[in-house]
Parts: sequence; structure tokens; C-alpha cells
Amino acid sequence: MAKIKLSAERLDELKAVCKSFNNEKGELINVLHQAQGIFGYLPAEVQEVIARELHISVAHVYGVVSFYSFFSMLPKGEHPVSICLGTACYVRGAEKVIDEFKKHLKINVGETTPDGKFSLACLRCVGACGLAPVVLVGEKVYGRVSPDGVKDIIEEYTR
Amino acid sequence: METIKITIDNKVIEVAKGTTILKAAREAEIHIPTLCYLHLHDLNIENKPGGCRVCVVEVQGRRNLAPACVTECTDGMVINTHNIRVLNARKTVLELILSDHPTDCLICAKNGNCELQTMAQEFGIRELHYEGEQSTYREDTSPAIIRDVDKCIMCRRCEMMCNDVQTVGALSAVNRGFMSVVAPAFEMNLDHSVCTYCGQCVAVCPTGALTEVDHTNAIIRALADPTKTVVVQTAPAVRAALGEEFGMEPGTLVTGKLVAALRRLGFNYVFDTDFAADLTIMEEGTELLDRLTRHLNGEKDVPLPILTSCCPGWVNFFEHQFPDMMDIPSTARSPQQMFGAIAKTYFANKIDVKREDMVVVSIMPCLAKKYECTREEFSTDGNPDVDFSISTRELAHLIKQANINFNALPDEEFDNPLGESTGAAVIFGTTGGVIEAAVRTAYELHTGKKLERVDFTELRGMEFIRSATIDFNGLPINIGIAHGLGNARKLLQDIKDGKSEFHAIEIMACPGGCIGGGGQPLHHGDSSILKARQKAIYQEDAGKTIRKSHENPYIVQLYEEFLGKPLSEKSHHLLHTHYFDKSKEIKVVE
Repeated sequence: MAKIKLSAERLDELKAVCKSFNNEKGELINVLHQAQGIFGYLPAEVQEVIARELHISVAHVYGVVSFYSFFSMLPKGEHPVSICLGTACYVRGAEKVIDEFKKHLKINVGETTPDGKFSLACLRCVGACGLAPVVLVGEKVYGRVSPDGVKDIIEEYTR
Repeated sequence: METIKITIDNKVIEVAKGTTILKAAREAEIHIPTLCYLHLHDLNIENKPGGCRVCVVEVQGRRNLAPACVTECTDGMVINTHNIRVLNARKTVLELILSDHPTDCLICAKNGNCELQTMAQEFGIRELHYEGEQSTYREDTSPAIIRDVDKCIMCRRCEMMCNDVQTVGALSAVNRGFMSVVAPAFEMNLDHSVCTYCGQCVAVCPTGALTEVDHTNAIIRALADPTKTVVVQTAPAVRAALGEEFGMEPGTLVTGKLVAALRRLGFNYVFDTDFAADLTIMEEGTELLDRLTRHLNGEKDVPLPILTSCCPGWVNFFEHQFPDMMDIPSTARSPQQMFGAIAKTYFANKIDVKREDMVVVSIMPCLAKKYECTREEFSTDGNPDVDFSISTRELAHLIKQANINFNALPDEEFDNPLGESTGAAVIFGTTGGVIEAAVRTAYELHTGKKLERVDFTELRGMEFIRSATIDFNGLPINIGIAHGLGNARKLLQDIKDGKSEFHAIEIMACPGGCIGGGGQPLHHGDSSILKARQKAIYQEDAGKTIRKSHENPYIVQLYEEFLGKPLSEKSHHLLHTHYFDKSKEIKVVE
């Protein structure tokens, strides 16, 4: 595992997040959520700090991080692409959309392109089933995406 | 106490409110099979995640079957524990557990001692109806423990031991669904984690997922090598448990037979770790008195309380978790390592054998000892003081392999000089024993008076944290005792917070002390076995003529001929150690 080092500033920021939840171990998921917001992902070092601040074991923190697909230990791309695999999106061909993204970006789900521009992830139901299949790029939602439309979406961010 | 009436298998019984169906059934002597459930009654340790579903029973008026281990009885409840619906469900549950379990039982380290295997046998499983995908996780071998999670059934017993009882936090369930395994943080190998190698996870694992590193073959090779002088030492707790592996009642002392078996296996010298335990008392007891005297003379910054250091699991624990308190434990090495150091110097010299031609083997109730003897500081020019450490269980295998009829062996005596020991050394095997042994010697050395009564019953028992004040001729000495690392943590936190009143504290990593060590015959959840072993230890002590370490004639001789006096320069070199900060501090860069 590649080691990253946390700067003192970011370490303080992380500790402040823990403190805002009173360093309560029951708030682990909330802390992780915010930490991922700061760092974009949850590298081992971040999990170690959280474990220490919340007085729980690192193994436990990792147990939670590895359980929820929302949490990631890999840095996301500048434009994180998420494809909904909820029931509605799935039956309307989300899988073909994923395949198209994989083909164009030359990465698998859970990976980031070498230039750090895009990462690919799946999620379950964003609550916009009427627009199925749904794709998110960052916070922007694309509805009724067909495999043919994938190229255009990518181009929006590479221009 | 409020009680309720229930009917279980047509038997009407009264139970306390809040009793689970499983507990009620056991009170009524009705057997309900369990797999993930574990209750070490005498230690107040319980694991009931309700995960395996093998213990399901039918409750009248309830739609689905109820897991007996986590379902509380209600007044008037009617329970059936073995009708056809229940039996079929249990069998299906077991078959589903087996659907992704390797079937290489013949070559599994747990063969014949596996709770899953026993259950499959009891349920009469002869074919597997469900063929599932098989897990193919990498095997993780550390210096002491092997993890083969393909054999894990997710009972979570190891997690409970590691996190709730020991508070080590090395293991957690990670990932989800079929990919979930019990693993250290970031799925690193155990030797990169905070694992102390206490082996309590191994002691409770129902299957072959967690086992010890096996050195029996290496020992067979050493014994067959004519150029090697093979010396064996055996820890106190081994003699109180080994008999169980040969069908004897728990608590049967087999000291004489153990010596005879080791001799028949071909060891050149059969010695006793107890000798080194006496030596530990000389060094640790003197260190205690030294610190106490300096403290009483008004010297500031004398680290007190002094903590015992003979338990390698405990040493690993404070090196990982309390690196800022490393000056508090005694610097005395463990008896295993003291023995190795003396065997390969003093004794090797005496019999004119070169260090590299001597192999020192230790028989230990412990898995952390396997790691301890590989520590670099316990070797000279790459040659370790103790070459191999094997568990009580491995010794039993070795005896069986060598075709020795253990039960028919005569009682034999240890060899001298490193085989002589006192009652004080024997009780090292149980919680409270080390400190009692230290008190026996420290009292006499400090007061110059003879102890009228050597039994300090106030230091004995199974309570996790105990304390007593011993009168050293007008000087009250406050003694603390903790077994189980979670309890040690509490006492350490008190010291850290400046709340500790103790002068000396004994700490043992394993619940019960070495009698409950990770290398002992498996108790399979019956904690009365630990109590029986403890009783046997005190029985052995009571039967000894000499019961104080400083009166061991061979210890006296060792100091006269070789070491000089306790805490001498030679003692420091051979019998003491230093500790290392193993915590994983976050390095900050600007």
C-alpha cells in the first residue's frame, strides 16, 4: 500500500471533524463521511487518525470502511462517474452504460484513470428512477443515458 | 428475583426473567447444539452474535424458528427443541455452512479437534447438497499464529476475544457478503498488526481458521541429529493440562509422566522452566525491593508500581499500546528466555558443548512464546537462546507420533541442575502466582525474617482484577493483579492517570494466566477446566518441600558459580531486557 503523509494542517482538520462529533465512537460513520468529503477518499493514514481520536481499533474502522461501498480507499478522479445500478436503472440497461464507460475510459469499476481525471463507481438508487438509467458525474445528474450518449458525457469534461 | 414458567420439550420449568432459551434448556439438561455461541462461565466471557443459526428451536405461536442463544424466554412460552422442523432446519443451516467450507479435514491442523467437524458427525452429514463457491483467501503465517480464513465460519469468537476481552483490536470483520473475512486492519498480515500473539483467538476458534505455527517436525529433526545436544524446558502450566490430551480428567498433574515422555522422545536433558521462574523471582523480586527502597528513601521519579514482565503477550501489548510507559515494567526477561540464556552459557560451559551445537526447546502453554524466542535481542550472533517453542498441544502430538503410551509411563524426575524448582515457581502457571512467588522472596529478603505462612490466599482466585495489601513487617505493600489484557488496560490507565496506589502489579495476558494460555489443550467453552488446572497448580506447590525461590539450592549455586548476585552486570546482560516502541504513530510532514 502506497503510504501517504498527512500535513499538519490536514491532520488538524481531521481531528476537528472527530471533535465536532465529540470523539464518540458511535459517530464513526458520520466522521468517515466527512473525512471522505475532505480527502476525497479514506487512505489508511486517515483511518488510523480517526481510530485514535475515537478510541477504537484501526481494524474496526477498516471493517466499516470496507463494508460500505460508499467509502473508498482509492483516490477518486477529478470527475467521479457513478452509475446507478438500482433495480429501475438496471432493467433499463445500466450495465451496458457501464461497459461503455469502461471501454472509453479504459478502467474498471473502482478505478481511476492514470491522468486522475475520471474514476468509475457504481451506486444503488439515487431516487430518480423516472430518469433511469441515471449517471452522476460529480454532483451533476444525467438521466435516460444510453450507451451511445456516454461518449458525449465524457467529452463534456475533456474539452 | 422474578421468575417465569416455560414449557420446554413438555417439561415445565421455572427460570429467572431474562433467561435465554438456550440457558433455560441447559438448566433443564436439554442439549441444544451451538456453534458460534461461547460462554466461559467462570470468566464471565460470552459470545452470542446469533449468527450461525444452528441453535434454532420452535416456539409455539411464533411464525419462524427462534435462535435459542439470543431469544429470551417469556412467561408461558412453549418450546420444542427437537421436532422434525427444527432438526431439518438445523441440518440445512449446517449444510449451508459446509457449502463453502474446505473438506480437507484429513490434513487439517484441527482434525479431530474441530467443533464443525464434530457437529457434522453428530448431525450425520454424509453428503453435501449445496455446492457453493469456495473462498480462496491467502494464508497468513506469522511467527506464532496461522490464519486460514477459508476455514472461517464467521462465528466472531476470535473478534470477541481480541476486542472485548483483550482490547487488542487486531481483528475485525471486513468487507461484505461472500467476501467478508475476519482480518487485521487493511487486511495486512498479522505480523504487521497490533496482534500480541496471546493466542486467545486460536483458543476459541471452532475450526481450523486460526491455528498455531507448528514446530514439531523441526524438533524431530533436531532430535535425530547426533551432532546436537537437545535441551528441553517445560513451563509450569503444561503439567496441569497435558493429561487432558490423553483422556485424563482436567486438573490431573502429570509432571512425572511429562518428564518420562520427554526423555523417551530423546531429549538429552529434561529441564524445567520452573528453575528459571525461581531465577526470575530473584531478579524481579530484587528489582522490586530496589525500587521500593529508593522510593522510601525519598528518591523522586522511581517508576512505581513495578509490573511483572514474564508474559510475552503482555510485553507485546504494552509495546504496541502504552509505549510511553515502558519504564514501569520490570526489565527481567521471561523464564523461557532466562532459561535459554543460562542453558547456552552456564550449562553449555559445564557440559563442554558449543553454543551452536546446543538446541533449546521449550514446551509452553503459550503462542506468544513462539514469537518471543525469535526476538533479535534474545540471540547471540544470530543464534537464538531458545530455538523452538512448542505448545502443550504440539507436545501431545509429538508424544502420540512417537508411539509413547503416555498414560502407562512411570513418574520420573527432572535432570539437574536446571530441573530443580520450588513451589513458588510452579504457581507462575496461574493468575496471581508470579506475584505470590515474588512476595514470598521479597518479604524474607526485605525483613530478614522467616515467613510463617507461605500461602497468600488473598492473592489467589479467578476474579479479573484483584488487590491485596501485604504487611512487610510494618510496611504495607499494595499488590494488584490483572489477567486478560482488557483488565490490564484498566490498571495501566489508572497508572497513567496517576490514580494507582499499587507498588507492584502482576499481569497475565490470558484469562486465568498460563493455565488458560493460547497453546493449551482446547477447552471448547468449558471454563471449569481452567479452574481444575488452577487447583492442580496450587496442589503441586503445596506438595513441594521448598516453596521459596531463594531457597532453591541450584539457584544459590548458579549465583555463587556464575552470576554473582541479582542485578549484577552479568545478570543484566543475560537475564534482563529492554522494550521497543511498536506503536504506529502518524508521522506528520510539513
